[in-house]
Amino acid sequence: MLDGFSAETLARMQFAFTVSFHIIFPAFSIGLASFLAVLNGMWLWTRDRTYLTLFDYWKKIFAVAFGMGVVSGIVMSYQFGTNWSVFSDKAGPVVGPLMAYEVLSAFFLEAGFLGIMLFGRDRVGEKLHMFATGMVAFGTLLSATWILSVNSWMHTPAGYSVNDVGQFAPEDWWAIVFNPSFPYRLIHMVLAAYLTTALVVGGVGAIHLLRDRTDPEARRMFSMAMWMAALVTPLQIFAGDLHGLNTLEYQPAKVMAMEGHYVSYPDGAPLILFGIPNPDEKRIDYAVQIPYASSLILKHRLDAPLDGLDTIPDDEEPPLAIVFYSFRIMVGLGFAMLGLGGWSLWARWRGQLFETRWLHRAAVLMGPTGFVAVLAGWITTEVGRQPYTVYGLLRTGDSLAPIDAPAVAASLIAFIIVYFFIFGAGTFYILRMMNKRPATPKLGLRDGPIRTAGVTPASQIERDVVPGK
Amino acid sequence: MPFDLAFIWAGLIAFAVLTYVILDGFDLGLGILFPFGRSDGDRDLMMNSVAPVWDGNETWLVLGGGGLFAVFPLAYAVVMPALYMPITLMLLALVFRGVSFEYRWRTKRWKGVWDIAFFSGSVIAAFAQGIALGALVQGIEVTDRAYAGGWFDWLTPFSILTGLSVVVGYALLGATWLVYKTAGDIQVQMRRYARWLGSGTIGLIGVVSIMTPFQDAVYFERWFNLPGSLWTMLVPLVMLALIWAFFTGLKDQKDLQPFLSALGFFVVSFIGIGISFYPMMVPPTLTIWEAAAPDESLAFTLVGAVVLVPMILGYTAYAYWVFRGKMDPSEGYH
Ligand code: HDD
Ligand code: HEM
Ligand code: HEM
Repeated sequence: MLDGFSAETLARMQFAFTVSFHIIFPAFSIGLASFLAVLNGMWLWTRDRTYLTLFDYWKKIFAVAFGMGVVSGIVMSYQFGTNWSVFSDKAGPVVGPLMAYEVLSAFFLEAGFLGIMLFGRDRVGEKLHMFATGMVAFGTLLSATWILSVNSWMHTPAGYSVNDVGQFAPEDWWAIVFNPSFPYRLIHMVLAAYLTTALVVGGVGAIHLLRDRTDPEARRMFSMAMWMAALVTPLQIFAGDLHGLNTLEYQPAKVMAMEGHYVSYPDGAPLILFGIPNPDEKRIDYAVQIPYASSLILKHRLDAPLDGLDTIPDDEEPPLAIVFYSFRIMVGLGFAMLGLGGWSLWARWRGQLFETRWLHRAAVLMGPTGFVAVLAGWITTEVGRQPYTVYGLLRTGDSLAPIDAPAVAASLIAFIIVYFFIFGAGTFYILRMMNKRPATPKLGLRDGPIRTAGVTPASQIERDVVPGK
Repeated sequence: MPFDLAFIWAGLIAFAVLTYVILDGFDLGLGILFPFGRSDGDRDLMMNSVAPVWDGNETWLVLGGGGLFAVFPLAYAVVMPALYMPITLMLLALVFRGVSFEYRWRTKRWKGVWDIAFFSGSVIAAFAQGIALGALVQGIEVTDRAYAGGWFDWLTPFSILTGLSVVVGYALLGATWLVYKTAGDIQVQMRRYARWLGSGTIGLIGVVSIMTPFQDAVYFERWFNLPGSLWTMLVPLVMLALIWAFFTGLKDQKDLQPFLSALGFFVVSFIGIGISFYPMMVPPTLTIWEAAAPDESLAFTLVGAVVLVPMILGYTAYAYWVFRGKMDPSEGYH
């Protein structure tokens, strides 16, 4: 079935497949963990029961998503060795320690406090419970920070030397962790996670509003989500723009691919809105473009010259078409989210937030788009840095493990089958929970505890849920 | 004996792996015994006895893999491709097993499916870990900082034997854990299983131990040459003491003693493997020092480990302490 492919192609497909699945869950759980902390804080502060009901509602969904994030993440941490062993040997001394810190500081933190957050309210008291909830949110942000530092180092390597066996040897840890693209990537990703979660929460709120406009929980979550969408989307677009300028400085070829610039423009480059890349002729067919706009955005001058891929040797170019399309999907969705946020502000101002049916329908439609934008963004980033794993220094083809194509093919097929089965079922359970009203007792088959993860002292578990003691 | 960063790290990684085996061993073992639960209630009870801790246990596996990547990148880069199939199988099995803790309670119709996923995931993960161990003991072919063998080299009668041993051994840990955590019929049943599984484990450890020195002449020397062999003689002696403690514990209906002795079997076997390996990281060619990352990496990571590992251990110990004692079946999920 996968006979024609080389081990390298298969390994790349496998990595792209498994990491794409993985990122979906953290993107959601980073945002949801913070949302839960806010809900709990609001409940303690206002003593308004809708917050508590919402907390209990979303925490169950969180638990299932978190569990899927954990198992898909474990796969990731071994895949560097199985498929990319030369990369592991060479880059391990630099990126390995950062990932070890992620395990030590973030994963154990999450595992430690998750149990208290999920079952502990009545056992440890409100204060400690609030603390645990905050720590879980902090833990997810910490995971993101470490792993994005790793990833950013691979895009903009800094603070290393090359030793006599060809490994990257760390010289300056500060420079490694805070490498040039890291701050931009971290901010853009965390905002993306918040936005993704806001859209999901907003979509779920909208479904329940469409069924019953007076449902207090639905009103509350829809309103909160729409505030987030309205406030965070402009920030995200601004952060994305800064990220792009940073990329222009360090990875110009990626920006050429994003912009669709096959050729150089000595006196001002157009912004290509849409079009169909034609790799054979090296041009964009049917381009709809705004003259000089690209130079204006990237260089802040109408007639600033911009180089195109014709200045880059063919074997150092990223594949333009994938990057071109995925970038447009992300940006297009970003503006759609901006539109949704603006519309909600308008409706709110007119006092029609809970009455505008079309706004609710739009919110339902936009519910899953955060995930699509996240994936599109990552594909832009990662495909755009090809053909390197460590940018400019280590080629993807040279990172590969000495494995036979049939071995990778077999495991790729196994991963595809297992992932669709497992995560399909998980997504189904999540959707089923979302479909119930927040105030429904017995959400999910039983209202019992959630046993996804965590080291949970029994005293923190309500007696009727987990036996022990 | 050189006492430097690489050496300290070899010790720490060994510790992480051993902690993993001890903690996840019994909870995988419980999955292996899962279908033998006599009723739905018994199975609920079995699963609930580890539900709150399994994720914390499994995080040690991530630490073992992630730690190896950080401080012995070359070993990681050589071992993972060599064990491609068993590792992939183990990961897939852990995926099934991990989600069934949660999914099983979210559906009525598919409960049976997730029960099977839990059982088969546990068995396959344990078997794959045993195979990985056997393949490592047999040695991994390395040329030019890379694995030089084929993708089925790990499959030998010896690795099948170690795979089997780990399955039986984990099942023993699971059974003795339940002897400790439960009372009544299920405890009696598990005590009976423990006797059989204990004999099986000891027998298999014996066979593997006898075969190991013949896998590589170096192992043979380490075990049977004076004066080193005076030390290595201690290993079988401690093992004998543990075997005695295990069977008397079962006979006298002690709750915790069989579990602790069974854990002891694993610790001693682990030390035995350590004696065979040292100073190799990946037998037969890569030593600890050759596999180690540059000192800057080792030192940087050590700072974090020294601060955080004790905190993690403290929290984990506290969790188990609060969680001690029998479970009450009437407090289950029903
Ligand atoms: C909800 C998700 C989301 C939305 C609405 C946007 N992005 Fe984005 N974008 C991401 C989620 C994301 C991401 C998944 O978080 C990426 C992948 C890697 C990264 O650092 O962030 C990303 C990458 C990424 C990159 C590539 C960085 C690199 O070179 O590695 C650029 C230039 C932008 N984004 C720019 C934008 C612009 C101008 C947007 C305006 C509409 C935008 N993004 C909306
Ligand atoms: C989680 C979100 C991520 C997504 C969706 C993603 C997606 C992708 C995709 C689609 C590719 C394939 C590019 C190509 O082959 O043309 C790729 C490559 C790669 N990514 Fe990422 N990536 C993500 C995060 C990361 C992180 C955090 C790391 C490192 C810590 C990483 C390391 C790599 C490596 C080593 C490759 C090269 C192997 C290859 O070309 O397939 N990725 N990624
Ligand atoms: C390819 C690189 C990656 C690897 C090797 C990796 C590894 C892992 C592992 C092993 C876990 C499970 C931890 C546990 O046992 O609790 C995990 C979970 C997690 N990962 Fe990743 N990960 C990668 C990419 C990412 C990215 C790009 C992000 C976010 C920007 C991320 C954020 C998280 C978070 C927040 C969790 C907690 C579980 C969850 O929220 O679902 N990871 N990851």
